[in-house]
Order: sequence, then C-alpha cells, then structure tokens
Amino acid sequence: MDHLVDLSRFQFAMTAMYHFLFVPLTLGLAWILAIMESLYVMTNKQVYKDMTKFWGKLFGINFALGVTTGLTMEFQFGTNWAYYSHYVGDIFGAPLAIEGMMAFFLESTFVGLFFFGWDRLTRVQHLATTWLVALGTSLSALWILIANGWMQNPVGSAFNYQTMRMEMTSFTDILFNPVAQVKFVHTVSSGYVAGAMFVLAISSYYLLKGRDLGFAKRSFAIAAAFGLAGIGSTIILGDESGYEVGDVQKVKLAAIESEWQTHPAPASFTLIGVPNQTKERTDYAIKIPYALGIIATRSFDQKVTGLQDLMKSHEKRIRNGMIAYRELQKIRDGDKSARTMAAFNKVKKDLGYGLLLKPYAPNVVDATEAQIQQAVKHSIPHVAPIFYSFRIMVACGVIILLIFLFAFYQSARQRIGKNKLFLRIVLYSLPLPWIAIETGWFVAEYGRQPWAIAEILPTSMGVSTISSAHVISSIIAIASFYTILLIIEMFLMFRFARLGPSSLKTGKYHFEKLESKQGE
Amino acid sequence: MFDYETFKVLWWLIISILLIGFVITEGFDMGVGTLLPFMGKTDDERRILINTIAPHWEGNQVWFVLAAGAIFAAWPSVYATAFSGFYIAMMITLMALFFRPVGFDYRSKIQDKRWRSGWDWGIFIGSTVPPIIFGVAFGNLLQGVPYVLDNFLRSTYVGTFFGLLNPFALLVGVFSLSLFVLQGTTWLQMKTENELRARARLISLICAPLTLVLFALAGLWVYWGINGYVITALPDLNGPSNPLLKTAVVQHGAWFLNYEKYPLTQIAPVAGLVLPVGVWIASKFNRSGFAFIASSLTQVAVLLTFAFSTFPFIMASSINPNMSFTVWDSVSSDLTLKVMTVATIIFLPLILIYTSWGYFKMHGRIGKDFMAKNKHSAY
Repeated sequence: MDHLVDLSRFQFAMTAMYHFLFVPLTLGLAWILAIMESLYVMTNKQVYKDMTKFWGKLFGINFALGVTTGLTMEFQFGTNWAYYSHYVGDIFGAPLAIEGMMAFFLESTFVGLFFFGWDRLTRVQHLATTWLVALGTSLSALWILIANGWMQNPVGSAFNYQTMRMEMTSFTDILFNPVAQVKFVHTVSSGYVAGAMFVLAISSYYLLKGRDLGFAKRSFAIAAAFGLAGIGSTIILGDESGYEVGDVQKVKLAAIESEWQTHPAPASFTLIGVPNQTKERTDYAIKIPYALGIIATRSFDQKVTGLQDLMKSHEKRIRNGMIAYRELQKIRDGDKSARTMAAFNKVKKDLGYGLLLKPYAPNVVDATEAQIQQAVKHSIPHVAPIFYSFRIMVACGVIILLIFLFAFYQSARQRIGKNKLFLRIVLYSLPLPWIAIETGWFVAEYGRQPWAIAEILPTSMGVSTISSAHVISSIIAIASFYTILLIIEMFLMFRFARLGPSSLKTGKYHFEKLESKQGE
Repeated sequence: MFDYETFKVLWWLIISILLIGFVITEGFDMGVGTLLPFMGKTDDERRILINTIAPHWEGNQVWFVLAAGAIFAAWPSVYATAFSGFYIAMMITLMALFFRPVGFDYRSKIQDKRWRSGWDWGIFIGSTVPPIIFGVAFGNLLQGVPYVLDNFLRSTYVGTFFGLLNPFALLVGVFSLSLFVLQGTTWLQMKTENELRARARLISLICAPLTLVLFALAGLWVYWGINGYVITALPDLNGPSNPLLKTAVVQHGAWFLNYEKYPLTQIAPVAGLVLPVGVWIASKFNRSGFAFIASSLTQVAVLLTFAFSTFPFIMASSINPNMSFTVWDSVSSDLTLKVMTVATIIFLPLILIYTSWGYFKMHGRIGKDFMAKNKHSAY
C-alpha cells in the first residue's frame, strides 16, 4: 500500500508539472496574440497580422501539447485517485465540469477558427475569435484554480455520514474562496509573464542576428509592456496573502520560512538557512528583522505561528479525530441515537485528522501513543524542499522584474536592440518564468502534504485500490511518451523560432529575401 | 416541483446528451482519422482529409472531456470506480488520444515522407483505439462489472483486463468502430469532391449495412444471452445517495423491461435499425447531406437504446448487484446538481450557438484548389 501511495503521487506530480510547462505559455501568448491582432485591426498594418500569424504558429505547437497533457490530468483523478474522487467529487467535480462548459469549449472551438478562419471571417470576426480564445484560456484557469483552491482551503462543504463523503453546502463560498482568488491572480499573471518572456527572448534573438528588425522590435515592445504588467501583478498580488486562512496554509507559510517557533510580532524573515527537520530548527539562518510579519500578515502586531505550535494543535485534533472516527463507526453500525450523533457532530471537523493515523494504525481508534506522535510528526511536510523552492521562485521573480523594467524602459526610449549584452541576457533568461512557475507549484502542492484535501482527506487515503504494478507500468509508459513528445515539440519550436516570420511564406522576410536574392 | 428525484433523472439526460454530442462530432473526426491512411493515397489527398476536420476536431474533443467531467461531477462514484477499475483500458485510451492533438498539428509542419506517414498512423491509432475501447466498455456495462464496495464506499475492481475482452464486449467494440467509421464516411461525402467523395460513398455503402447487422446482432445477443439487472427495493428516491441502501438482482430480460413500461422508448431501437438503411439510400443517390444527418441520428438512436435499456442502472456490480450504481443512488448532492443545472442551462445553448456558427463559417467542400491556396497555413 505504501508504495502505491508514493507511486501515485509521483505519477501525478510528474504529469502535472509536465502539463504546466505548456499551460502558462498558452495563457500568456493568447493575450499577446489578441493585442497584436487588435493593433492590426486598428492600424491596418500588415506587419501586425504577420506577427499574429507567426506567434500564433508557435502558440499552436505549444497548445497541442497543453491539450494532450490536460487529458491525462482529467483521467488521473478517476484512474489513480478513485477514493479521492468518490470522497470529494461532489464539490471538486463541479468546477471542473463548469470549466468544460464555460471555458474549454470556448477556447477549443475558437482556436480552430483562429487558425483556419483567416479567409472565412471578417477582420472583426477574426479579432473577436482571438479574444475569445484568450478569454477562454484565462477562464479555464479560473475554474481549475477554484478547484485547486478548495483543496488548500476547503470551504463551503461538510461531511455527510449517510453518503460517506464531503458534500457542497455553499457554492458561493467555494467560488469566492480567498485562497482560490489570490491563486487565480497569481497563477494567470505568472502565465502572462511566461508568454511575454517567450516573445521578448525570441525577438531578442532576431535583433541579435540583425534579422526582420521591424517585426522583432514591435514584438519586443508589446512583450515588454505586457510582461511588466504581468510580473508586477504576480509579485504585488503574490499569493502570500492567501496564507492566513486555513490550517494547511499556515503550515505552508511556516515551512516556507522554516519558522519552527512562534516569535513575537512582527516576525523576522529568514533570507537563507538550512532547515533541520529532526532538531526542528533552522541552522545558519540569516534573518531580516520584521520583514516576514509585515509581508505575511500585512501588519505589525500579528504573529506568524511556528511549526511547533501548529503541530501541538494537530495533536489535539488527531485525538479528537479518533473520537470522531469511533462515533462514525457506531453510526455506521446503526446507532443513530441523539447522543451518538451529538458526540460525532462535536468532533466531526477533526475526522480528517483521525484519518491521518490510518498509515500507522489502520483501525484508528486503537492507536498507541507512539503512533499518535508519529502521525503528529508527519502532519507537516518536509520543510527544506519548500524552503529552497520558494527562494528559487522569488529569486527568478526578481530577475524577471528587472529584465522587464529595463526592457520597458528601452522601448519607451525607443532604444530597443541598442544594447547587445541586454539582448543576450534576455535570450538566456527564457527559462526563468518556467523555473519560477514549477517551483511555485511545488511549494503549493508539496506544501499541502500530508493532505490531499486540507484537514479533510489525507493523500494516503485518496488512492485507488489498484496494484502498484499497474501504476509502475503507467508511469513508464507516460514518461516515455512525454519524453518523445517533448523532444518533438522542442525540435519544432526551435526550428520555427529560428526561421522566424519567414515561415509564413509571405516573401517579405529575411530568409525568403535571401533566397530570392540568390535566385537572381 | 423540482425535487432531488427530478434532478437525478435530469442529469442522466444531460450526460446522455453530452455523450450524443461526443459520438456525433468526434464520431466523424475519429472516423476520418481511422480512414486516413487507407483512403488518402497521396500526401495531397491525406491533407485534404485532415483539413476537412482541422477547424473542428479540437472543439469536438471537448464533448468527450465535458462528458467525463460531468460524470465526475454528477456521478462521482461511477467515475471513480469505472476509471480505476478499467485502469489499463483507460490508460490505453489516454495514450491513443495523445496522438491526435500533436498528430494533427505537427504532421504537415515538416515536409518529410516518413515524418508525415508516422503521424498519419498516429492519428489512425488515436482515432481507432478509443471507439473500440468505448464499445468494449459499454459492452461490459451491459453485462455488469466485477467490483465491490466496502463500508467506506471504497471500490475494488476484482476482475482482470482480459476479462473485459469477452466476446460480447468485443462485438460491441467492433460495432462502435463501424458506427464511427460510418459517421466519418458520410462527413467526407459532404466535405470532399471527385475521387475522394466517390471513395467515401463506397465505404458508406458497405458500412451502413454492416452497422445495421452488428446492431441487430448485439440486440439479439442481449435478448438471448445477457442478463439484465432490476432494483427490488429502494428506500427513498429523494433520500441520500448511497448505493448500499437498495437491493437488486440479476434477471433475464431485465434490459427489455423499460420498453414494455414506456412503449415510446421503442422508437430508439427501431430507429437504430431503420436509419442505417436511410444512410445507404442517401449515399446511393448521392445526397451527402441527408446521409450525414441519417448517420448522426443513427448514433443518437444507438446511444439512446443503450440508455433506455439500462435505466436506472449506470454500472451494475456483477459480484453483488446490491452494490450497483444507479441513477438514484450514486449521484452528487441535491445542491451540486442544482448548481450544475444552472450552469448547463446557461452554457449549453451558448455552446450550441457558437459551435454551429463555427461550422457554418467553415462550410463547403475541400479539394485540390483549397490545398494549393493554403499550402502553408493548412494542416
């Protein structure tokens, strides 16, 4: 069983992180295409149409893999997380289904018209199509993040003993979940940054090569402005403000800061250090006084709870959870007396904590003191990976901010392409948004452990009843597929990015002019 | 008026509608994918075939994604048990589907014979394997699936992958493929010209009677050889949704009871037998539009025949029929169904409007002139 949980987690992590190589670019590039085409419709300059078509080509190469890998995500909840699907499908399934109806349909229908409707639609109709694709992608992210936000902070729902699952009690609470809201802004903004960096870096490449300068400069300017807005919103509306609600979010915040003890407010920020899980302290820490308290609580007098205190409260809740589990069993066995129901309802909200004991004491109610302590120890994630990932994300974010600031400054001063060193820096910074995004997601999801649904369903409970051999074979098969697909995708991306707008075969751009010159 | 019971039936209807949307639209694009390596003799011909579905396959695929999402949201336990129980089959389907988005998009980006023919076979796999597996899955749903539920409603599948591949299920798999191919050929009759159109017509003329025969054969097999399931006691139609509260038994002929009870439902199987004849006649007289409509209605009739036969069962347990998932006791809560109903009322009509607009804008036949003109922008 243990292996099954680890394998299922590995497969989900692998496929989710892979999926999210493509999603951010889709999110960002879609809006950039909408901006470019709007400029085309407003100014009637052919170069903007060419820009829309060329960046659209790269968008298409990326989009295909986004769709492909998205299918895996949808399948996996059922194939590998069957108990999860049963236990929370009543709540978690709804935003996913609404995403399909409201967003994915819109995006997918109009993306076909985007590519093939140039001659069939009027200019305004085609522009509307592009805008709807962009709108669809962002709306899609909204619903997915409402679902994900609920996993971090499960509001608007309650356990129903009659159906043995969580059920929705308020849809508006789920919709306006503060964690989901900040997550949405933070995630789509970071996608916009990825799209902008993509255009900025490839445009820089053309500028370095001295090719198709008008095309490249215009693309560069649009990307600089869009990217600056994106990174600004990513950082300022970073999702640290979502760490005040819900126990698991608090644990995550403390783990990000490797904050073992609760310090007097405002807490200091640990710039760098070495988290030590066994001794429950941070070695070699360099701290900035007051910074954490101000960033995290946006106040001078609120405390940031440390991990040790959080674990103490977990211990209490685990003990309550044992009672909840015992009473639930009585109810399941037919005892529906008022007393039993009252006893259950009193500790019902801690039932999930009782389930944390399952890996150590399968019957929960007979857990020994040692087993309880074991569950408490594992009621928080490993701190070090979260601590470091977060810092990598922030470092990338700061560099990206500086790049877009300078790029925007240059385009405002009409000096795009004058500084070769900067162009080279931009080109090689292309992977930064992806590194930041992947580490950011790692913090969010690994930081949620040991829970699948915070405070409700432990990850170890969520798996399907299938054999480990099944999961191993699907991991091998998917990983092989994904590796080959990635190689093919990168091959096409590099090929068309190198070729640039000449790939449109309009006869106006670098390589074609070169060819026709040689022909003469 | 609109109590829990009503919403339960409504969601059975909505999911059926989504599946109908899937078989009609992905039916033709998968059908085209299956025919691609055989019908297209030259690269130009293959590109024409692909470009008849190029603007649409992406949107079509969402019917499938949405149907799965709706099952997750409305029948979570069914989604959980079916996807984990059919693990290997699902993974094979998933990986076959991988080939489609990348195949369509990447195929014509490189001018190389091996590259292109490789993707053509990829598209073939991605379009042929899923219909067969869906058919096999439906064949197994008709027979009942070997799974059990424990006290926590955790499901365990106790059958094997090869158990799914029993003769009846395989027959339904082949039938399902022939339905998709029929849908593909009628689409191509409508969207291509000259030689390709003639080839599509010829395949329609063969496929229509084949579909008819396979449908009849499956029906007879169910009549003589497959037992249905009936609920013997159900506590409360408006009560909590828990599949362990009812009792059910295996009963010979149970899959035909609804047709006696609600005679109007007999339209579905009868239409399933008549419409393929319509496809044949329309194809014979070169009325491609009518052929496509008749073929689409055949898909509807077949799917409804399945739905009417098995109602209210969604997925019966062959190990312990009491644990079967039915429309009454494996659904989401009242509130969830209501919220999603509101979303469906708003968005489904919108989807139908803009999808129709898209098809309308892209209508017309695709031939050599089109390919010559759009050499660099088409798939």
